[in-house]
Order: sequence, then structure tokens, then C-alpha cells
Amino acid sequence: MKFLCVECDKQMVFEERQLPGDGTLAAAFKCPACGRVVGLLTNPMETQLVASLGVVIGGRTVPAQPLETVRGMVATGRDDAFDEVSGQRGAVSGPTWSAEAQERLSRVPSFVRGMVKRIYADYAKQHGIGEITAAVMDTARAELGLEGM
Amino acid sequence: MPLNLRTYHELVGADRSGLPEQIGAQRRRVAERLAGVGRLVAVMSGKGGVGKSFVTAHLARALARGGRAVGVLDADLNGPTIPRLLEVRHAPRTTHSDAVEPAIGVDGVKCISMDLLLQDGAPLAFRGPQTESFVWRGALEAAALREFLGDVAWGTLDTLLLDLPPGLQRIHELGDLLSAPPPVLTVTIPTPESRDAVRRAMRDARERGAPLLGIVENMVDGQFAGTAGADLAAEFGVPLLARIPWHPTPDAWDQLAQRLRSPA
Repeated sequence: MKFLCVECDKQMVFEERQLPGDGTLAAAFKCPACGRVVGLLTNPMETQLVASLGVVIGGRTVPAQPLETVRGMVATGRDDAFDEVSGQRGAVSGPTWSAEAQERLSRVPSFVRGMVKRIYADYAKQHGIGEITAAVMDTARAELGLEGM
Repeated sequence: MPLNLRTYHELVGADRSGLPEQIGAQRRRVAERLAGVGRLVAVMSGKGGVGKSFVTAHLARALARGGRAVGVLDADLNGPTIPRLLEVRHAPRTTHSDAVEPAIGVDGVKCISMDLLLQDGAPLAFRGPQTESFVWRGALEAAALREFLGDVAWGTLDTLLLDLPPGLQRIHELGDLLSAPPPVLTVTIPTPESRDAVRRAMRDARERGAPLLGIVENMVDGQFAGTAGADLAAEFGVPLLARIPWHPTPDAWDQLAQRLRSPA
């Protein structure tokens, strides 16, 4: 998917992606010559179709997680379907979670919670963060494009 | 006056979304995960109710009893039965950063199935807009199949059996996900109705380049009369590998396993 600024005859560059939470998607593309920004707005069905392919508009910000599409999209999954092990096989370590962050995490459906927890933990590790707080989650969500998590 | 728009391929700048590259990465993930699998075999039929899963599970067990490392991928996402046939108990799937551990059934057969992940008795339902779900549901099921192939820690296996649901959709998806369509083991019951339905599936698989390994005729010597197994074997020039009676003994499965290892 590419966007062309017809007036400048320049390829526009991806700027930002937003998931408002109503099933739609918004992505902004900017012309490097004139600075004009246009928005790509998809309806819920179009957004779902893209998600169904396991691809991310704007590119991936975090590596693909195991059974990512199944865990993210199945609505009738077992609460105890997955038992998450931290990090690589055999390694058990990770940042601590503040009470508020734990409470926020507890609101994530359990079928996908382990995967979400891992993504935040990996983010904290990469940034040298010892404790995951609600503020850290907000920052990670914005930086990683995890608006739905 | 129409605008003078350049086309996609005329824009040489990088596509930040890189959707083709993301799809390519998905395919590589599957290929890398299956690098330790000696042989993929799709168990297929064009007809429902012929006992594909029953044959798959017992064939897997027989191969395992013969000393082979075997896995079963239950590709029947909407009617999964493999865990029950392999006597797998529900337990959380241990998940590492790069893969999910398969369940282990009787005789050491590894397996993954949607049945292990769904609430008891619940249908496979997806999040998202339910209107016009036909547009995206097939893509989601294909994605689940891809993740079962590429995100499960299959390790080193001699054989990975793919238990397909009735119909042709999954064999098409496998052809897209893998570098080549997997070899196919076809299951039928003796009736002419089954023969006619299975013929279509076999023809489709062959036209897509899937090697046809042979026929298993299931539920013979019972109330189903006919010669579908022999008819299809002759028509497609493949062996009739086994005729499985209503109440098969382990010997029947061991013989099928032996013939599948060396069909000639």
C-alpha cells in the first residue's frame, strides 16, 4: 500500500496509526515535499480483513508472538489455555508490576493476557525499566502502536 | 482530463507497511518451524463423516508405536476431535517467546488443536464485526492454520499428520502456506456417494500438485456397501493402502502405518 501526493508527484510516507477502539483504523501519510498529510480511514470490516491476514499497516513494531492471531481474535478461548513462560526457554526473569499496572493488566481478557504481558515486559527490558507502571504502559502502547491493548 | 497518476510499481520508495514482506516473514516462519519435520501428510476426504480424524489419530499412534516421532495438527478448526481421540487432557499450553508447546497424547503423539484452546462446548467465534463476516472469517481461519504450523514447537518429527476438515479449503490454504502442497492420504467409505465426493477432492488435490499417497477405505464390512476404495485407487493409479473394518484391531493400524512408510 503506497500513497502518492499527486500535486508533488511524490510518494507519501507513513506517519502514524491509530485504533480508536470502535473497530476502525486511522493511518496518516505525509508528503515529504509539501508536508500535506492525508488520512487512511478503514471501516470495521476492512480493519478486520487486514487484521485477519496477520499484517500491520505501518509495519510491525514488535515481533510476531506465538499464536498471535488466534489469541488476539478468538472470542471463545479458554481462560487457562496458555501458561506463559518469561523470556527464552528456561529463563525466568522480568520487571515488576505496580499495583495499578497489574489492575490494568487484569482487565485484558485472560486468553490473550499472557501475550500482552510479555510485550510490555519485553518493552521494559529493552528500555532498562525495572517496574512497569500505568505510565510505562501508556508510553509503550503509544510507541509500539498497541492501541487495542 | 484524467490525472496522470503513477502506478504502485512506479513508486520505488520503500513501502513502510511492507505488507508483502510481512507475508513473506510469515511463510519463512512456517518453513523454519517445519525444517525438523521429515514428512508432512495431509489426511483428506471430500466428504464428511468418513472417519478422517479417527484414521489420523490411529495412524499416528501406530507410527509412534513403531518408533517414529509423530505429530498431529488438527486442521478442523470448527469441529476439532483429535485431542479426544489421542486422549489428551486439557492443560494450559506452555508458551515461550517464540513458540507454544504441543500437547502430548497416548503413545507420545504430539498434537495441536483448536479444541485445546476453546471453552468447553463453545464454537470457534472471532472478535470483530459480525456483519459480512464471510469476508474475513476464511482469512482468519487460514491465519490460525498458519500459526498452528509455524508457532508450535514441533521439534524433530518423522511425520506430521494434518487432519483436514471436509471440503477443499484447507488443502488450498496449505498449498499457499507451504512451498508445495503436502502429500495427501485420502479417506473414503465404501459407498458410491462417498466415491463421487472424494473423487472431486482427489482431482482437485492432484491438479494443485499434491502427491496422492493412496486410499484408506474406512468402515468396511458394515452397513456401507460399495467399492469406493478400489474404484478410486484404480482411477487415480494409487494404492488402496488399507480397508479398515468397523472394529479395527491395532494390527490394522500397524499395517497401514507400515504401508504408508513403504507404499510400494
